[in-house]
Amino acid sequence: MKIKSLDPRIERAQLDSDSQEGMNSPMDQFQTYEVFEQKKRGTHHIHVGSVHAPNAELASVFAKEQYTRRGQCVNLWVVPTAAIYATAYEDADIFETTPSKYHRDPESYKVMDRIQAFKQKQNA
Amino acid sequence: MYGSAYIDPNTQFEGYLAPGEDPALLAEFEARIAAGDKIEPRDWMPALYRKQLIRMIEQHAHSEIIGALPEGTWITRAPGFRRKLALMAKVQDEVGHAQLLYNAAETLGKSREDMINDLLTGKSKYSNVFNYPAMTWADSAVIAWLIDAAAIVNQLANSKGSYGPYSRALDRICAEESFHLKYGHDNVVFLATGTPKQRQMVQEALTRWWEPIMHFFGPPDNVSQHTEVLMRWKVKMDTNDNMRQMFLNMYVPKIWDLGLSLPDPDLRKNEETGKWEYTEPNWETFKQVINGHGPCNAERLAVRRMAEEKGRWVRRAILKENTPYAIPLS
Ligand SMILES: [Fe+2]
Ligand SMILES: [Fe+2]
Repeated sequence: MKIKSLDPRIERAQLDSDSQEGMNSPMDQFQTYEVFEQKKRGTHHIHVGSVHAPNAELASVFAKEQYTRRGQCVNLWVVPTAAIYATAYEDADIFETTPSKYHRDPESYKVMDRIQAFKQKQNA
Repeated sequence: MYGSAYIDPNTQFEGYLAPGEDPALLAEFEARIAAGDKIEPRDWMPALYRKQLIRMIEQHAHSEIIGALPEGTWITRAPGFRRKLALMAKVQDEVGHAQLLYNAAETLGKSREDMINDLLTGKSKYSNVFNYPAMTWADSAVIAWLIDAAAIVNQLANSKGSYGPYSRALDRICAEESFHLKYGHDNVVFLATGTPKQRQMVQEALTRWWEPIMHFFGPPDNVSQHTEVLMRWKVKMDTNDNMRQMFLNMYVPKIWDLGLSLPDPDLRKNEETGKWEYTEPNWETFKQVINGHGPCNAERLAVRRMAEEKGRWVRRAILKENTPYAIPLS
């Protein structure tokens, strides 16, 4: 049965309501790329999501349309998802370290105290 | 445009742990959610959680891509250049929302090809409102204002949900929706404050859309164990009736303020309870339309089939053989 539509473009297309066409087969929608956006020079690229694309050039075109429609962006990276090696969330304990970090704290180095003491001793 | 945790009343609920699932892992999963932490794609999750989320995010994605059609109808006939530009930008946003959501659903293990196929065969649904036609320009204005407004209520609630990729997609989407809402409101106000003919147009559109809008959040939830679990897992964030109340409370006063009326003589706010009272929309009609018998179901799917078919040769021409596929990371 032909579709009746209020939209003249759809009327002209003479669409059939019994059509079975349009079915997708595997990889019809391509592989995915992860998208990294740099909002301004001097800042880091930040992961913002992914796009489906057949190659890196088109991935960057789609990424531009998808992630930079509003607001500023100066640079985009796209990386095939398959190329990313990620740690597992269940291994999050690898990021645990000793709770005390005084040896990394600049405030914990008291050279001035030592110098003062040294000078006092010399002048004594 | 839209997201709903509409739960099919025919879904069988057989306990929330599938055979072989470890109660200790479940306890850890539930503790994480209770602490306000997000679940990420490669975390352990109950099969029921995965299944319900795929269903919900996928339906939401389909709603965005199909929702672009009734409005898209008016791009070629938009009154004036600025409105044409704005409508094109809005429709592009909606299609972009679909892509963000398909990617979020894909992280749960269902391919985009499978989702599109399930849309085309009718196995997977989309929001009921898009099975109605946009008869006039005023209909497109009512859609952009009120359907988007309803969708925002829903999407804001869902963005607080427990699944990381869905929340992140919704944060981006909600940020874009504010333009849709303002654009829609501007169009409705323009007509409502215009000539008698323009006022009549927008009143008629509003009258046509009222029942679909009341249907939008779905029928009152029946309090089931299934709903209770999905709310605890922060998949479903609020009851359908609560979200409908929020919507009525925000928008009915704005509609009345323009001197427009709504086709429900019993619609009023009960000042004692603070709740809106209304005539229940016909839920039988809702079911009929969901099951394929609305005025535009066939057209929406036929247009989608055409788009897939006509783009195929281009996609085939650029597809590299033997490209490896990987599930998107987040
Ligand atoms: Fe929208
Ligand atoms: Fe949207």
